[in-house]
Amino acid sequence: MKKKNSMSRALVMRETVAGYAFMLPSLVFFIGFVIYPMIQCIITSFFDSTMNRDDIFIGFQNYIEMFHDSVFLGALKNTFIIVVVSVPIVCIFSLWAATVIYDLKGPVCSIFRCIFYLPVVTGSVAVTVVWKWMFNNYYGIFNYVGTHTGILNQNINWLGDERFALGCVILILLTTSVGQPIVLYVSALSNVDQSLVEAAEVDGATRFQCFWKIKWAQIMPTTLYILIITMINSFQCFALIQLLTSGGPNHSTDTIMYYIYYNAFKLYRYGYGNAMGVVLAVIIAVLSAVQFKLAKTD
Amino acid sequence: MSEKGNHLALGKVRSKLYKGFSIVVITLLAIAFAFPLYWIITGSFKTQAAINSVTPQWWPSEWVMDNYQKLFSRQVAPLWECHIPFTQVTFAGPEMPAAVRWLLNTVFMSLASMVLTCITAAMAGYALAKKRFAGRTLLFSLIVCAMALPKQVILIPLLREMADLHLYNTIWAVIYPIVGWPFGVFLIKQFAEGIPGEMMEAARIDGASEWKTFYLIALPMIKPGIGALAIFTFITSWNDYFMQLIMLTSTSNLTISLGIAKLQAENATDFGLIMAGAALASIPIIIVFLVFQKYFTKGITMGAVKG
Repeated sequence: MKKKNSMSRALVMRETVAGYAFMLPSLVFFIGFVIYPMIQCIITSFFDSTMNRDDIFIGFQNYIEMFHDSVFLGALKNTFIIVVVSVPIVCIFSLWAATVIYDLKGPVCSIFRCIFYLPVVTGSVAVTVVWKWMFNNYYGIFNYVGTHTGILNQNINWLGDERFALGCVILILLTTSVGQPIVLYVSALSNVDQSLVEAAEVDGATRFQCFWKIKWAQIMPTTLYILIITMINSFQCFALIQLLTSGGPNHSTDTIMYYIYYNAFKLYRYGYGNAMGVVLAVIIAVLSAVQFKLAKTD
Repeated sequence: MSEKGNHLALGKVRSKLYKGFSIVVITLLAIAFAFPLYWIITGSFKTQAAINSVTPQWWPSEWVMDNYQKLFSRQVAPLWECHIPFTQVTFAGPEMPAAVRWLLNTVFMSLASMVLTCITAAMAGYALAKKRFAGRTLLFSLIVCAMALPKQVILIPLLREMADLHLYNTIWAVIYPIVGWPFGVFLIKQFAEGIPGEMMEAARIDGASEWKTFYLIALPMIKPGIGALAIFTFITSWNDYFMQLIMLTSTSNLTISLGIAKLQAENATDFGLIMAGAALASIPIIIVFLVFQKYFTKGITMGAVKG
């Protein structure tokens, strides 16, 4: 008994040393380039910080200013609009698309899956520049098709008009957001216990009942994951805005991420930018936790 | 009885109709999703006149290389530069079109991120799954929490850190944070959970060192995971625009995405030129994706289960 104890202590020692030795290379990068900047982000948010000058401690001043900054509040509102519109559409559409694609089976299924993933792989810059052309006032195909089919009376300046700009951004965001959820749903559907589905079909369940009562319950964890990643992606919408509209016209397409970038890298207000970053992180953390809780109680 | 039969038959017809309708809709949507890429490629080969005509040419009436020629003759940059640390000595390669250098930078950045991520994540994921050490649970929760946070909010402190480390405006400033991102560790841990404990036990009894156990027993078993992670990291770092935008400034250090973004900022309406750039940036990565599609799909689905 005594001997076994000392043996296991030596083993524990060996396991610990080996464990940390294997973790070390990864930890260097993780702590150095993720954890350290995160801590810095929180600390700097309490300072008036800019280039080539020592930081000045100002307490909660950045946070107070934020909620009196009408551009920030507008950006917050736009970000929420993007999230509230895109998350449900992405989830519902990708679930529907995945069920249709999954039924097709074999190579046809993977061809469709590939096509819906294409906008993601193409890269945000390439995707954005081609959409910018398609939305163009004079040479864009949207105006051409719209006016020639009689839907539009005259050319619309899609990206330069406050009424349409945010909608255009959301449309592009949708095309680049559904790829991953579709792949995830197709794989989740293939993991659904087929014997349950067959048993239900024998018992005369309709297609819809089959889906709702059996498949939906089994793909719930995937749905939760998709909800959270889509939400995080929508909150972080940046490249689209920066390349497409630069937040304009008249701040109508500002998002928090873009406004952080604007403050930090155009106005060099690092402290203020970091404070907004902290707020964004808190919002995302709270919403993720809420979704998690809701899904768990279901 | 016959009434029920009728009902069933009607249900079947309706279900068939629904199925046919869905397939039509999904096909139309697929065409719409593929269209931007089609527009990039055809656009890059159109003449200036075709691009600037108000009536779009759905299929280019004339295929020309003008846009690519313009893209390659615009700017030049040395093909490579090698700076000897702690000195002022720099070796530069022959002058080349800047776009070639950007492509080279992007390939290097993606490959380096991929290799470093795979090595560090394989070791750490294995340790987290198979080693019992104090602080293991804490580390794992830290990793999961960090993954849920938006990584872009740390970019401002990261910029200052890179400036302090004299890495600002070098490709490493983009690579290191990608390697630090803990998704890979998380992914490999999922795979490494599947290594049977008996095999590790047997290796230990045979007197194999920790490293040998990892190298000879664990590594072959997590190979599919590493393959998935490799292709996933390659594609995401190729397209990771925000980090590149902030860290890289001088013409010879740009990546292809950044180069195209700059091109667009400077020549907003020369769509042919911009499409040539967009094609150059996206075609290579799409080919990589199509070739390694199976592994890539595995990577994103594995990250989700048990997540």
